[in-house]
Order: sequence, then structure tokens, then C-alpha cells
Amino acid sequence: MYKRNKMNKIVAKEILSDLVVKLEIEAPLIAKKRKAGHFVIVKIGEKGERIPLTISQADISKGTITLILQKVGVTSHKLAQLNVGDYISDVVGPLGKATHIEKFGTVLCAGGGVGIAPLLPIIQEMKAAGNRVISVLAARTKELLILEQEVRDCSDEVIVMTDDGSYGTKGLITQGMDEVIAREKVALCVTIGPAIMMKFTSMLTKKYNIPTVASLNTIMVDGTGMCGACRITVGGQTKFVCVDGPEFDAHQIDFEEMLMRLGAYKTEESEAYQAYLQKV
Amino acid sequence: MTTYQEYLKEQRELAWRADLRKQIPAKDRTSKERVKMPEQDALQRSANHAEVNLGLTAEMAINEAQRCLDCVTPTCVEGCPVGINIPGFIKCIETKDFLGAAKVLKQTNALPAVCGRVCPQEIQCESKCFYTIKMNKPAVAIGNLERFAADFERESGNISIPEVAAPNGFKVAVIGSGPAGLAAAGDLIKAGCSVTVFEALHEIGGVLKYGIPEFRLPNYMVDVEINNLKQMGVEFITNFVVGSTASIQDLRDQGYQAFFVSSGAGLPNFMKIPGENYSGILSSNEYLTRVNLMGAAKPDYDTPVFLGKNVAVIGGGNTAMDSVRTAKRLGAKRAMIIYRRSLDEMPARKEEIHHAIEEGVEFMCLNNPLEYFADSQGRVNKMRVQKMELGEPDASGRRKPIPMEGSEYEIDVDLVVVSVGVSPNPLIPSSLPQLEMSKWGTIIVDKESMQSNISDIFAGGDIVRGGATVILAMGDGRKAAQGILEYLHEFKK
Ligand SMILES: Cc1cc2nc3c(=O)[nH]c(=O)nc-3n(C[C@H](O)[C@H](O)[C@H](O)COP(=O)(O)OP(=O)(O)OC[C@H]3O[C@@H](n4cnc5c(N)ncnc54)[C@H](O)[C@@H]3O)c2cc1C
Ligand SMILES: Cc1cc2nc3c(=O)[nH]c(=O)nc-3n(C[C@H](O)[C@H](O)[C@H](O)COP(=O)(O)OP(=O)(O)OC[C@H]3O[C@@H](n4cnc5c(N)ncnc54)[C@H](O)[C@@H]3O)c2cc1C
Ligand code: SF4
Ligand code: SF4
Ligand code: FES
Repeated sequence: MYKRNKMNKIVAKEILSDLVVKLEIEAPLIAKKRKAGHFVIVKIGEKGERIPLTISQADISKGTITLILQKVGVTSHKLAQLNVGDYISDVVGPLGKATHIEKFGTVLCAGGGVGIAPLLPIIQEMKAAGNRVISVLAARTKELLILEQEVRDCSDEVIVMTDDGSYGTKGLITQGMDEVIAREKVALCVTIGPAIMMKFTSMLTKKYNIPTVASLNTIMVDGTGMCGACRITVGGQTKFVCVDGPEFDAHQIDFEEMLMRLGAYKTEESEAYQAYLQKV
Repeated sequence: MTTYQEYLKEQRELAWRADLRKQIPAKDRTSKERVKMPEQDALQRSANHAEVNLGLTAEMAINEAQRCLDCVTPTCVEGCPVGINIPGFIKCIETKDFLGAAKVLKQTNALPAVCGRVCPQEIQCESKCFYTIKMNKPAVAIGNLERFAADFERESGNISIPEVAAPNGFKVAVIGSGPAGLAAAGDLIKAGCSVTVFEALHEIGGVLKYGIPEFRLPNYMVDVEINNLKQMGVEFITNFVVGSTASIQDLRDQGYQAFFVSSGAGLPNFMKIPGENYSGILSSNEYLTRVNLMGAAKPDYDTPVFLGKNVAVIGGGNTAMDSVRTAKRLGAKRAMIIYRRSLDEMPARKEEIHHAIEEGVEFMCLNNPLEYFADSQGRVNKMRVQKMELGEPDASGRRKPIPMEGSEYEIDVDLVVVSVGVSPNPLIPSSLPQLEMSKWGTIIVDKESMQSNISDIFAGGDIVRGGATVILAMGDGRKAAQGILEYLHEFKK
């Protein structure tokens, strides 16, 4: 019998960088069902906002899921303030469609910033399916690079790029990808990161006709296909990221529109965030 | 076995009813004016979220109840999708037995406080009232009286919790907590089943919570009804998406023997015209959810919402009226309804249209959006519309709007709410490929038992009808509860 007892207890917390926090949460039902690519919607308290976060890892025997989040606004900041033993009032999932995993050949995984978190389970499963996996990780600076070791553990090769050259090679993620594409045949590229990054990574792979999948992080409300807040245009058609995605054929995505829609509540959000930071 | 008609007759022949009829001559009853529902002043209410209709006083209710003729053949009952014993409860009101009236309502309707507020009475019970069909006078205010009795009971603190039969050992899952699910859960628990309601959102109530605004249906009223169900033993589990968090098969493995799918119509339609994805253009579901469910307009809630100054709402249904009146309350200078047919064809309730007009909403009928334009940030700032004229009636029986060449013009807007209908929620069907569906994405069921082609799965409400009313959804829930009980007794003993 499913019981509505106290759920979603935080059992472990790790600070990965100034901006990025990893939380392990008790959610046995979600842990059991989730596959790479799935996400949850999280809400803190009665007055909280619903925000989507990818399930980065799951441990069925412990009944936990791991979320990795970057502090960008009020809700992500509040979540990052929670500690081991605290409860998150609402966690629902697993939502979205799981990643299509099969043996493709060489898979190039390009992750930027906090996008490395949702990329990790895909890297793991692509590897387990027998692919040669090459991961290109990018961050603004060394301190913001997350999950490097976990990615190394399941990749055949890892290339690290930083904007300021403080670690790995100095340069943009596309340079690291170029290097791989120039030397070997890539069967599939998976890219997750800020929308602007995904726009450029998919422009690059399009040039070389490499099939590419991007996982989108649009604004969401319900996450069940009810509101349309997450809609984007793919191949000229309107799609809902929460139920049709979050992964789509990157070469068909209208990234300009997506970038514009992501900025929709910028004024309202940054005002709220400033007010919140004043308070804490 | 007595039929329901015979039961209504027997009730009518009870001595107290016969006496009551004699107390006032029919002529005096019919010469009374319909009591007007007191309302908050239009100017004042368009700036707050409190209820527009204030409710009848006891004196008003008794006065209105006296108009009812207690007809030999109460045609009004035929107009009510759940067949409420209308003269039965109204005559209780006439004798000041308000709690008795509430009891009569609850025999057939689990949510009278809700239905009294949101039923389109003018096309249901009241359209079949003797006054409407034979006397060409305003109908007895059945809905207002229903609301009065339900509110009186709640405020008296003497809510009658229906009796629950001894446990029958059956275990049933209800999927979705809108009116269909709540009605089914109520009947199943009364019959002695163990009932769990699974809800995908963090709140129980479906459209009653996330759709219909506070000024028409305060959320706490829905909560009172939900608490009654809890007290009767219904278990509610929120944040649980059946099909994702657990499959129907998982639930079968957990011992659930039958399922009632009431997952509603949740998928918003868009018009697919240029510029529709600019920011500042949202579905009515998103707009109303942000405001009603997420508290976006309240300063201490985290969810944001656009506060438009020039707001255009596209459509003419209840959802469009709710959105445009919400926009007005959130400070819009211009709140416009853009509808491609005329006022006469609008599907929204007449009362809502009337209230919207009083509140200063502009009705731009016979206008159809063609395209949206945005500023450099991608935020909508203009829309292009075309005037329409009415042609011959179409398949729906309504006159078809025809575009007028060369009549296009532009309107300044900074928020657009698209309210052109919803499609059935695809979550359950997509997780159950064997389930038989119509081409509109609704679940096909037997009309009497509400059973689908999978024998332990029953369905009702908007997921079956595509879009309906609260009371029709509840009627389905009750029928399905019967269907489920028969199925369980036959096959699962
Ligand atoms: C399917 C999916 C999976 C995601 N997985 C993760 C994850 O694993 N880890 C993680 O850190 N983040 C993830 N995100 C992004 C995360 O949901 C947002 O960072 C979060 O909603 C921001 O909420 P906030 O209240 O903290 O900030 P807000 O105050 O809401 O926003 C702050 C700023 O972030 C931008 N923003 C708002 N919403 C989003 C959004 N959904 N995505 C990107 N930027 C946004 C706004 O434009 C604003 O400028 C995911 C998003 C989606 C749709
Ligand atoms: C804004 C608005 C105003 C309206 N005004 C009126 C009115 O004045 N009068 C009137 O009679 N009718 C009105 N209606 C119509 C009426 O509300 C609906 O017909 C009625 O709510 C349908 O009830 P339902 O139980 O079928 O579904 P819903 O009320 O839609 O409830 C379905 C529930 O199921 C949940 N769900 C979906 N999938 C799953 C899943 N897989 N697992 C778990 N849970 C799930 C959803 O989250 C939702 O809470 C209005 C509708 C809207 C949107
Ligand atoms: S439930 Fe609705 S239709 Fe039935 S009597 Fe009440 S108001 Fe009329
Ligand atoms: S038809 Fe009208 S007058 Fe007759 S019983 Fe019904 S409500 Fe009363
Ligand atoms: S988040 Fe509401 S439809 Fe996708």
C-alpha cells in the first residue's frame, strides 16, 4: 500500500561548487521507475514555486534519487539552503520521456555547466550499452566544473574546456568537440547545457551532419502537459518539453525562440531574487 | 422495486408536503418575483478576489422556495444530470428545515456547495422548470437555493457525514481528484470499499482548484468537501502520476482490483498562428494555474505571473471569462475578450458574461486573431485581428464565422491568454496502449457502467467527454462507482 507518510527526506548533501549543490533524497517510488533523461518537479512549502530538476542518479536499494542544482534564483537558492534531515514538501516524478539508449558506435557527450548533471546518467547508460563514449565538459572556470571524476569513470575519453583556461584547455566547448569530430567518426552527439551553448553545439554538429540530441530546460509549471508553459518549436511544430521531451532532435529546435521564452519572467524573477538575497 | 419517479411521487405525497402546498395558493406563488442574488458591487469586486455572489439570506431563500409549485411532474429534475430531488429540497427550505434540505441534496450530489455555484443552471435544471417552459417567467432559482442549503449546513458546523458500510474487502484506485474522481470516491467509500485517490499535482480538486477562480468558487469550500471524504476514510495521495510514478500494473500488484480514470482534459489547444510562442502569450490553463493554484498574484508566493495592462483573452467559454475577469482583478486597464462569433453564440454561462460586462471587460466579438508581434526582447506588444461576419449554421448548429476581407487591424497588447479549448489528458492513455480510445483522444466506455475495454478500468468526466461540466463529471463518477461495484461483486468474490 502506498502511504502518505513523511517523504522526500534529504539524506545526503554535498557542495560541488560555489553555485552547485548535490542533494540525495528519499523517494523510493521514483528511484525505482526513473531512467536516464527523466526529471522531477520539486516545490518547497505551501508558497513555493514548482521547478524541474533532472534525476542525476538513483539508488533503488536505498530508495534515493540524486539532484544536482545550480543556484540561479529564489527556489534553487532555497533548495540549496536545505540540509540533511530536512524534508522537501513536494517531489513528483519521474517525468518526461527517457533517453533513447542503444549501441550507436561513438557517442560524443557535450555538457556545459550544471548540464553535466543530467548528462551523467546518459553517459553511464550509453557506455553500458557498448558505445565508445567521448565526453567534452565545459565550465566558465575550474571551480564550476562538476562531476569530473564520475564522468571519467564511465567515459573512454574526457576533454575539459574552461572559458578562462584555469583548468583543461582554454576555449569554448565547440573547440573540444571539433577536435574529436576531426579525428573520428561520431555516430551521435548528446548535448546538455545552457540554451545558448546548445545552440552553438548543435550548429557545429549540423555542419558535419552528426545526429544530435539536446535536452531542453524550458520554464515549466505543472510538468504534466497541462499548461503549455514549456512549449517550444521543433521542426515547425509546437511541442511540450515536459511530455514530448525533454530531449529533441537538436537540429530541428528553434533555439532563438527558446532563448526568448526562457527570458520571459526575467524581470519578475530577478526582482524576487534580489529581495530574497536581501532577506537571507 | 420503485423507480426514482415513483420515489419522488411518494415523497411529494407525504402529509407535510401536501399541507405546505395548501398554505399558499398557487396564484400567489407564481406572482412572486424571482429573488435576486446579492452581489458585490462591480467596481469594488473587480479589484478584489472575494466571491462575486454573496449568497441568499434565510429570508430570501424561504421567499424563493415559496415560488416553487411542488409540481406533480417536476420537469426540473429531468434537467439535472444527477437527478437531484429538487422540489424535495426546496420544500424543506420553505419549512426552514435547512439542514434537511442539505441532506436531500447529498443523496444525489456530493458537492452541492460547488454545483450551486458553478452549474450552468440556465441550461440544465432551471431550463426545465415549469416557470420557464409553461409560464415564460424566470425559473425558480434552483442553483441559488442549492448553494444556500449547502452553505447553511457548512456554516452551522453540523455537516452530516454520510454513513459508511462495513468494509467489503474491495480495493479501488481513483486516478485524478477532480469532481469525477471525488464523486466516485464518495460512493465507493460509502459502499465499504477501501479507496485511494491518486493526484498528479500537489493539491486535490482538479479544475475546481487550479481552474475556477476564487471569486466564483473559493478553494476552502472545496477543501471542506475533501475533508468530509477524508473523514469517511478516503485516502488521498498527491504528487503521484499514475503511469509514471507507478503503472496501473504496479497498482494491480499492490492489490487494487478496479480503477476509475478521471484524469480530465488537461492539454491546452493553441491556434497555431504566427507569433503565438512569444513571451507574454500563455494558455488559460497556465494563467489560471499560476494565479489560482500557485498564488502567483500574492506577494509572498514564489511563482511569478505577468501583470498585463492591455490584456487580450482569446475565446468565449467559461475559461475565457475566468481569465479575463482575473486579468481585470490583477490590474489590467483594458481587459478584452476576442471572440470570432457573436455574443449570442458564446458558450460561457450568461451570468459570467453579464458579470464580466459589469466589471468593465470589453467584448470584441466577431474578431479573430491572425498574428502576434513582439518587441526586441520577444515580449508580445501587438496583435493583428480580422473582423468576421456570421454565415450559415455549421455542423455545431451555430452560425459559422466568415472572415471579412480587408478588415484587418492591430491592437496593442502586453498579455495574451489563449483560451480556445483543451484536449483530453494523454498521460494515462499513452501508458496503456491496449486502452480503446476515440480519434479525439477520449477513452471509450460503456455509457451505463462507464467500463472501458479493459475490464478493471472505468473512466468518466472530461477524459471521456472531452470537456463538460462539473455536474456531468460527477454524474459519471457516480455511475462508474456503481459499475465498479457490480463488476467487483460479480468477478472478484
Ligand atoms: C527538464 C529540466 C531539467 C532541469 N534540470 C536541472 C538540473 O538538473 N539542475 C539545475 O540546476 N537546473 C535544472 N533545470 C533548470 C531549473 O529548473 C531552473 O534553474 C530553475 O527552474 C530555476 O528556478 P529558480 O526559482 O531558482 O530561478 P528563477 O528565479 O525562476 O529564475 C532565475 C533565472 O533562471 C532562468 N530560468 C528560469 N527557469 C529556468 C529554467 N527552467 N531553466 C533555465 N533557466 C531558467 C530565468 O530566466 C531567470 O533569469 C532543469 C530544467 C528543466 C526544464
Ligand atoms: C477555467 C474553467 C472554468 C470552468 N467553469 C465551469 C463552470 O462554471 N461550470 C461547470 O460546470 N464546469 C466548468 N468547467 C468545466 C469543469 O471544471 C470540468 O468539466 C470538470 O472539472 C471535469 O472534471 P474531471 O474530474 O473530469 O477532471 P479535472 O477536474 O480536470 O481533474 C482531473 C485531475 O486528474 C489529475 N490527473 C491527470 N492525469 C493524472 C495521472 N496520470 N495521475 C494522477 N492524476 C492525474 C489532474 O492533475 C487533475 O487534477 C470549467 C473548466 C475550466 C478549466
Ligand atoms: S446539481 Fe446543477 S443541474 Fe442539478 S439541480 Fe443543482 S444546480 Fe441544477
Ligand atoms: S419545475 Fe420548477 S416549480 Fe416545478 S417543482 Fe421543479 S422547481 Fe418547482
Ligand atoms: S510544464 Fe506545463 S505543459 Fe509542460
